Amino acid sequence: MSRATQSRWGLRFLGLGYIAVLLIAPLILLFYKTFEDGLAAPFEAITSADGLHALKLTLLTVAIAVPLNTIFGVLCSLLLVRHKWKGNWLIDAAINLPFAISPVVIGLSLFLLYGRQGWLEPGLAEAGIKILFSTPGIILACIFVSVPFVVRETVPVLQEIGTEQEQAAETLGANAWQTFWRVTLPAIRWGVAYGVVLTTARVLGEFGAVSVVSGNISGETQTLPLFVEKNYENFNLPGAFGAAVLLALLALVVLMAMNLLKRKEAA
Amino acid sequence: MEAHAAKSPVAPPRARQLRLPGVGAGLGRGVVVLYLSLFVLLPLAALLDNSLSEGIGHFWSQVSSGQAKRSLELILVCSLIVVAINAVFGTIVAWLLVRDNFPGKSIVNAIIDLPFALPTIVASLILIQLWGNKSPVGIDIALTRTAIVVALCFVTLPFVVRAVQPLLIEMDREMEEAAASLGAGGFTIFRRIIFPNLLPGLAAGVALAFARALGEYGSVLLFAGGKPDTQVASIFIGQQIETGNEVGASAVSIVLLAMALVCLLIITLIQRWGSRHERSQVNLAANPVITGAAPQGGDERE
Repeated sequence: MSRATQSRWGLRFLGLGYIAVLLIAPLILLFYKTFEDGLAAPFEAITSADGLHALKLTLLTVAIAVPLNTIFGVLCSLLLVRHKWKGNWLIDAAINLPFAISPVVIGLSLFLLYGRQGWLEPGLAEAGIKILFSTPGIILACIFVSVPFVVRETVPVLQEIGTEQEQAAETLGANAWQTFWRVTLPAIRWGVAYGVVLTTARVLGEFGAVSVVSGNISGETQTLPLFVEKNYENFNLPGAFGAAVLLALLALVVLMAMNLLKRKEAA
Repeated sequence: MEAHAAKSPVAPPRARQLRLPGVGAGLGRGVVVLYLSLFVLLPLAALLDNSLSEGIGHFWSQVSSGQAKRSLELILVCSLIVVAINAVFGTIVAWLLVRDNFPGKSIVNAIIDLPFALPTIVASLILIQLWGNKSPVGIDIALTRTAIVVALCFVTLPFVVRAVQPLLIEMDREMEEAAASLGAGGFTIFRRIIFPNLLPGLAAGVALAFARALGEYGSVLLFAGGKPDTQVASIFIGQQIETGNEVGASAVSIVLLAMALVCLLIITLIQRWGSRHERSQVNLAANPVITGAAPQGGDERE
């Protein structure tokens, strides 16, 4: 065996071994543990009233947070790339903030803003609006953590496509909306879609920020990741594993979507 | 296409201002600033305000109290160990994915992003099954400091791989062939040619992974737990919130935030440096985790 072949096998052993031990083995074990005593227990746990409520609440947060951040993301990318402004670097820095902040810290800052002695508390209490320990707080947490994804995926694509076609459209008499719908959006759609997939994954699985603001009340303010934690801590393992497998399956769908979109983008 | 546009005589400057549909640039900017302020900046301002609400002296005493200081030190040390491990293994994995061929390569390539897609609490749950007291291989590291390192390795693996991979794809192999023909061995080629070319991407990936590791919560929670000697900063903050010490929680949060911001700043500097050397442009655009890939305001051709 030549030295080159030897080192190739050595690297394969190290790299693939690392992936196998760190990523693949735990994932396989999750499915094995969930289904080793049959499908009934985990299925019952997910379809229990609390399980279904957690699933519904999770889907509701996705249905609100993802479209909001997508519209914001596309608008923000257009501004950053196409409209030079001296304050752009500040907007850009603010968008990156959620990447630098621990989820618990995000939860805490929302907790402090809307909590008992928070700045907004007097006004909200008077209006009878409850943010903390209820659905709006959970949605705010999910919006915060997933603000950057669409922007960060759309900006490079916008930079790459340039402005030539948009200018051509305008020269031919298209108005701003027509140019956007018929020229810009089709050109950036895979980048945007990739950002949407990442946003969805993050919102579906967000745990730290949501756990601080939600209060984790079963059947009320419990999302699926919180359902996993609570069931684990209450030694209801079928419940924890059932919901974990459901989330893992969603993660695998996300992975497939990511790969598909990467290929589309490259094509 | 970009090169073409750059060559085209004079881009009409007027057209550029029309491109935001529906709303003018001014209104659009207003919406963006308002959105960010309301959803991101206002809560953070409340956090900063709260951390200083009982004076700077109280802030310092909270941050430097035994448990707070230990939790910050612990997460710093663990994050450093983790990025060192992932810098090595991430580069190896990226190399395998670009330069090697083996059955199942496309599956491995896809599964690298699993930690981005998998909720952190699920990661915690499955790691404790594999490496906990019911471990099928008999290795029980749950609720130890090793568990913190393993959990952080899991969540930060993709950052390095995805930062290095595009640079390896772009790299000109002629240099390596030339070196080989001049008699350089495999390790010399790596050290003298491959590694310097990968450095900007590797550094950006490591900085991102470090920033992520500093704040990680969910994956550590069940697996490493909150015992006094395995309590990292994020877990400490969570416990302080539960016990009602909000000022202490926000003071430690501010320190944690400052450390992560330094990381982001480093990434931005690396990118500036990289784009000056025309190296790392590609990788940052292609990094699925995104980065501080800052568009430096406005159209880059202006």
